[in-house]
Amino acid sequence: MSGDADAHRGQGEDVRHNGHRPYGEIYEDPARLRRDGSISDVTKDGVRGERPGRAALVGGHDLTGGRGERGAAGSGGRHRGGRAGRKRRKGEQPMVPEAEFTSYYGRPVLNQPAWKAQNIAGYFFLGGLAGAGSVLAAGAELTGRPVMARALKVSSAASIAGSAAALIHDLGRPGRFVNMLRVFKPTSPMSVGSWLLAAYGPAAGTAGLCAASGRLPRLGRTASVGAALLGPAVAAYTAVLASDTAVPAWHDGYRELPFVFVGSAAAAASGAALLASPLAENGPARTAALAGTALENAAVKTMERRLGLVAEVYREGGGGRWMRAAEALSAAGAAGAALLAGRSRVAAGVSGAALLAASACTRLGVFQAGMASSKDPKYTVVPQRERLRAREREQQQSRAGARHGASDGEEARD
Amino acid sequence: MTDSLTGGGSTGGSLVGRNLLAGAEDDPAGDAGHTGHPPRVGFFTDTSVCIGCKACEVACKEWNAIPEDGLDLTGMSYDNSQGLGASTWRHVAFIEQSKPLGHAHADVDHSGTDVLALAAEIPTGSAAAQPHAAGAPDAPGPPEADGRTELRWLMSSDVCKHCTHAACLDVCPTGSLFRTEFGTVVVQEDICNGCGYCVPACPYGVIEQRPHDGRAFKCTMCYDRLGAGQEPACAKACPTDSIQFGPLDELRERAEARVTQLREAGVSDARLYGHDPDDGVGGDGAFFLLLDDPEVYGLPPDPVVTTRDLPDMWRHAGAAALALLGGLAAVFAAHGRSTATTRRFRR
Repeated sequence: MSGDADAHRGQGEDVRHNGHRPYGEIYEDPARLRRDGSISDVTKDGVRGERPGRAALVGGHDLTGGRGERGAAGSGGRHRGGRAGRKRRKGEQPMVPEAEFTSYYGRPVLNQPAWKAQNIAGYFFLGGLAGAGSVLAAGAELTGRPVMARALKVSSAASIAGSAAALIHDLGRPGRFVNMLRVFKPTSPMSVGSWLLAAYGPAAGTAGLCAASGRLPRLGRTASVGAALLGPAVAAYTAVLASDTAVPAWHDGYRELPFVFVGSAAAAASGAALLASPLAENGPARTAALAGTALENAAVKTMERRLGLVAEVYREGGGGRWMRAAEALSAAGAAGAALLAGRSRVAAGVSGAALLAASACTRLGVFQAGMASSKDPKYTVVPQRERLRAREREQQQSRAGARHGASDGEEARD
Repeated sequence: MTDSLTGGGSTGGSLVGRNLLAGAEDDPAGDAGHTGHPPRVGFFTDTSVCIGCKACEVACKEWNAIPEDGLDLTGMSYDNSQGLGASTWRHVAFIEQSKPLGHAHADVDHSGTDVLALAAEIPTGSAAAQPHAAGAPDAPGPPEADGRTELRWLMSSDVCKHCTHAACLDVCPTGSLFRTEFGTVVVQEDICNGCGYCVPACPYGVIEQRPHDGRAFKCTMCYDRLGAGQEPACAKACPTDSIQFGPLDELRERAEARVTQLREAGVSDARLYGHDPDDGVGGDGAFFLLLDDPEVYGLPPDPVVTTRDLPDMWRHAGAAALALLGGLAAVFAAHGRSTATTRRFRR
């Protein structure tokens, strides 16, 4: 509001919304004001350098004539490649050459789900813990490990209740939850999952209640066998739930994601078993922890290789942080389970807690990576563009091949 | 759909010879169970004649009683609505580019032309104005020093594509989304429980949950108006017929003729988008004539309905579930029965 333009230096956008400045200030040289940062960098051609989400511009050509973006007018597009050099992590070669692409003012192509991280990632985590836990519980019961069996039955019942609560809490209209059971639709993983929960939930709940109370042992045994047979489906179907979307980081990893999820579920359930069982009973849990962790990490690595450019969201940003945390925690947990958990009850408990935390981090990482990949148009446009180009190249080659037999020159140029 | 799911091929998506999840499909309404239904209808949006008036946005809001969802000065040319969403069912995109449009000479230098002098030369009264040689530039002048004189302004009214294979409909767990007798895709708001699964499923970013309401909303192609034999509000309001409504077959023919006409006129950029029944979503019920790459307009260049891969996803998940069950069983088998005595002995 003061007459001195310099007073606004550094305030950026605030000044733009102030329509009551003295005239003398308005008619100052706009280029100088922009350079000073005392007014927002909005020109008649749009916004420059103000909103990170809108960096990619339309048109597909650098219309600033290589003069950089600041102060350069024209509606042009900026190549993505310029920025990435700075963003790259130290000592790491880029897996994929930096992509050039165009978008509509950097706006995402996809709409982001309104799902909350704690609800949906929590649902994935608790569903996995419950499903794999039921299998471990049945195994423990059948092989004479009663403490472990009882603990896991109770934890599975509690987890599946929590998981259903998270799911219902995330609905836009929680009161209409029962509409999930209006139809059975195999094309909708959420419908399949709802019915699966409708079958598994009561089984796991009964098993848990019978184990905790010690009553109706025969019913409890039947329920725990039922829960053990349905449990793996509960742990695995959530991967299809995520993959059956247009979100690049989820859909393109649909082959590996179920293995990531069941590996993570096995590690989590083994963690719970290590926490709750005496040393005399935790042998299978230690082996399962190792196997689950190995499967999860191998599947993550395979998935990242397949994803190419999109794998960035599993390595950088929020998704990358959670995935790295998961990797560290699961390594620590698995090592503890293998080396120490057989000798020390405390070490077993700590390893178990680390494994549980690792599984939760994996689910959060996958969730955040998916959200990041749907927010940035790059991950939608670039792979689709590449797919189109590959298809065109294929068509050209088959046409050229039909005409000239072998045309080595063209292929070499490609 | 239920019993045929198991036999799906992962790439072609043909389910026991029927393209229920992906691929070309002649009669989506019939496959959804409608009999004796009217022909499939759709929109052909010819962006080459769009003038960016936003009459479609306004007509849509008014007819469907969609709440206000922000009047923003976005800095994105004249775009105030930013993209499709729960409360924006028509969205006009504005793109400013330094490119000529067809044979149009946008870079003609008019700095030497005195329009007032030209106007004075025009005879007044009933005599017809003669075309004046000085008024018609004979050659394109040189571009100005900063090279920014060529400008074309692309405008395009985006809308729900009413896909032949609609991912939102396929993944909806409540059956709230359904296929109408016109072959369009509509949300039943009294059934939607706001699970939000349709939102990330849509490859075009169309459907969205409305904040504070929770349910998902999108274009209905004015289902109520269609039932009364009227065209949708946006098409009715469009002053340039950029939005054309009609039976899809007819629109596809008309679009082919239009794109040929434009190419002959020198608009080599003109192309159709979403018209091909063999594309990733089986062709759109609402398709477009664009003047640049789809991604320039915020459209995905090669959208694929996510459920095309669903049979393969279930197979992988099944394998993973069996691996979990088998793996844990093997672990217990390897460790054998636990007896307190052996344990104590080992300790």
